[in-house]
Amino acid sequence: MLNGNSGATDFEAVFTDRRASLPGADLAWLSELRESGINQFRRHGLPTPRTEAWKYTNLRPLQKVAFAPSHEVSAPTVVGLDRVPSLLPSGEHVRRLVLTEGRFNPELSSIGDLPPGVSLEPLAQAIRRDPGGLQSYLGRIAHPVGQPMLALNTALMEDGVVLRVGRGAVLSEPVEVLHLGGLSDHAVAYHPRLLVLLEADSRAVLVEHFVGLSEQAYFANAATEIRVAEGARLDHIKVQAEGTAATHLASCHVWLDRQATFIGFSLSLGAQLSRNEVHVRLEGEGARCRVNGAYLMRGKQHCDNTTLIEHLKPETSCREVFKGVLDDQSRGVFQGRIMVHRGADKTDGHQLSKALLLSDRAEIDAKPELEIYADDVKCSHGATAGDIDEQALFYLRARGIPEARARSLLIQAFLDEALDEVGIPALHEALLSRVAAWLGTG
Amino acid sequence: MLEITNLHATVDGKAILKGIDLTIQPGEMHAIMGPNGSGKSTLAYILSGRDGYEVTEGEVRYEGRDLLVMAPEERAAEGLFLAFQYPVEIPGVPNTTFLKEALNAGRKHRGEGPLDAMQFLKLIRQKTQELGMTDEMLKRAVNVGFSGGEKKRNEILQMAVLEPKLAVLDETDSGLDIDALKTVADGVNALRGPDRSMLVITHYQRLLNYIVPDKVHVLAQGRIARTGGPELAEELEAKGYAEFTTAAA
Repeated sequence: MLNGNSGATDFEAVFTDRRASLPGADLAWLSELRESGINQFRRHGLPTPRTEAWKYTNLRPLQKVAFAPSHEVSAPTVVGLDRVPSLLPSGEHVRRLVLTEGRFNPELSSIGDLPPGVSLEPLAQAIRRDPGGLQSYLGRIAHPVGQPMLALNTALMEDGVVLRVGRGAVLSEPVEVLHLGGLSDHAVAYHPRLLVLLEADSRAVLVEHFVGLSEQAYFANAATEIRVAEGARLDHIKVQAEGTAATHLASCHVWLDRQATFIGFSLSLGAQLSRNEVHVRLEGEGARCRVNGAYLMRGKQHCDNTTLIEHLKPETSCREVFKGVLDDQSRGVFQGRIMVHRGADKTDGHQLSKALLLSDRAEIDAKPELEIYADDVKCSHGATAGDIDEQALFYLRARGIPEARARSLLIQAFLDEALDEVGIPALHEALLSRVAAWLGTG
Repeated sequence: MLEITNLHATVDGKAILKGIDLTIQPGEMHAIMGPNGSGKSTLAYILSGRDGYEVTEGEVRYEGRDLLVMAPEERAAEGLFLAFQYPVEIPGVPNTTFLKEALNAGRKHRGEGPLDAMQFLKLIRQKTQELGMTDEMLKRAVNVGFSGGEKKRNEILQMAVLEPKLAVLDETDSGLDIDALKTVADGVNALRGPDRSMLVITHYQRLLNYIVPDKVHVLAQGRIARTGGPELAEELEAKGYAEFTTAAA
């Protein structure tokens, strides 16, 4: 369906050109997986607002630019090792894996020593080294049926990260995956893929950090699949600070076993057009999750947060808080769906979306949905949108605090409810400083 | 310090103040009393610079400058303080952060450097103890979950920290039990000095048992109907405001 548009990228042709050189081209299962991905993509095409799930987010900007596949970038020429942006406190044991335009960049990465039972490696390397170890998971947690952008990622993924944490292992220091974009002088598209597997009773903290280093248009189409086994816990913090002309579409697919915990937080600041999709399946009794986020948009930025939480077993719980600050003509979208499947009794699901509109021309579309097929369920949702509290603003000014500063204090206070959910002090600090920088108070 | 001349003001097109004249010298404490709806709070808000009030005639000079052209934050930084009748709750902003921001904004305005965390903490501890407040009230968000009395005490704490030149207290006594009233009055009296002026707005005389003003004005139907000494407050307590409301009707 893209062929009719001269400016658009023909992703199917890209796949045909590159299929033989993609990692794992010699593996039958992986080739089949990619094939099923491109078939799904062919069937649906790029989503349009005619599809319910994409009603508020129009991918028109993607149809105006022909994106070339990314090639290897020698990043040190673009960004010095000492200038690599990071959310981690600097120290000797920084574990950071850097992908430049979707590919592993060994010069910028420092994986360091890992505790026993833990492995962290680039996806392309993992496919070469131990394809059998990936076969049961890759494309199984993030199943591309009916999800064209995930399907496209599945067909074209070239590199990414595989993090495995063995039974009982604890990775107490955060691991950062830094996605650097905006390095080429022409528009490129890339499809990074993360696979995160936590075995029973293990723990890890994963930071996904997307940074754009220029105003060049590019397209990052990322997918992350996560399995948290019985009693294990993953904290996942995502910061999206893509370049101002970038399109960022990312989906995070989480499978939780019995008593497993997933604590997710996303902060969206960048990109012209972005969608942050989180899909959690609570597959084991007593599994619990937090899916929180904040977004700060200005100019003509568009940010979509779409979540689907599926309660499949009894006594599972989820809490969701999304807070947005929208200035100028920016637009926010929140689509939050909670599904409580038959038999998932005694589940607890709460969802809250709040937007602060700093301008008359900013807009938020919020669509909370509850679908409940079980008994004895506690579920709630709420969505609000409003301006800065004028009374509070006057009170602060009447104490001598200049108006701009008073506004910043109130915006920061508004965001705190979501940001406070990040329980790791160093990362909480890092997020606060990003927010302060956006507000111009940092 | 403050010179109000022939002040007329409207709210939503309705005339509320109809020609107020009032002069307060440095170190003086004046009380404005009056029935509900006489324009007392309107006067307080106009002095502090709140939106929604239109001055149609007259002027207000503060230390010789035109007060009405100044932004609310500039008035505050220049030493004007309004203790709110209804202090605003600000979820998410801790009381200490608020106090520190306010104090350092004023210091910056005066060309002084900010207080560091230790200096600030020392100052704030001392002031809270003097007012019988707990550290816990400092950690909480501004006025959130505070009782009526705690909110009023918090206003006086802000005044004590900011050390204004002119304090306007708008019905600071309303909603206070007798113990809280005494604490608040002690806080106000502790701040009295030769360079600090105060304008106390109240409906009842009882606050003036603890804070003795130099002058008492009766505000009725948008005008100062009578001015006298502290004895005028006692007279009003005995006779009520009927004389003023009917006389002007």
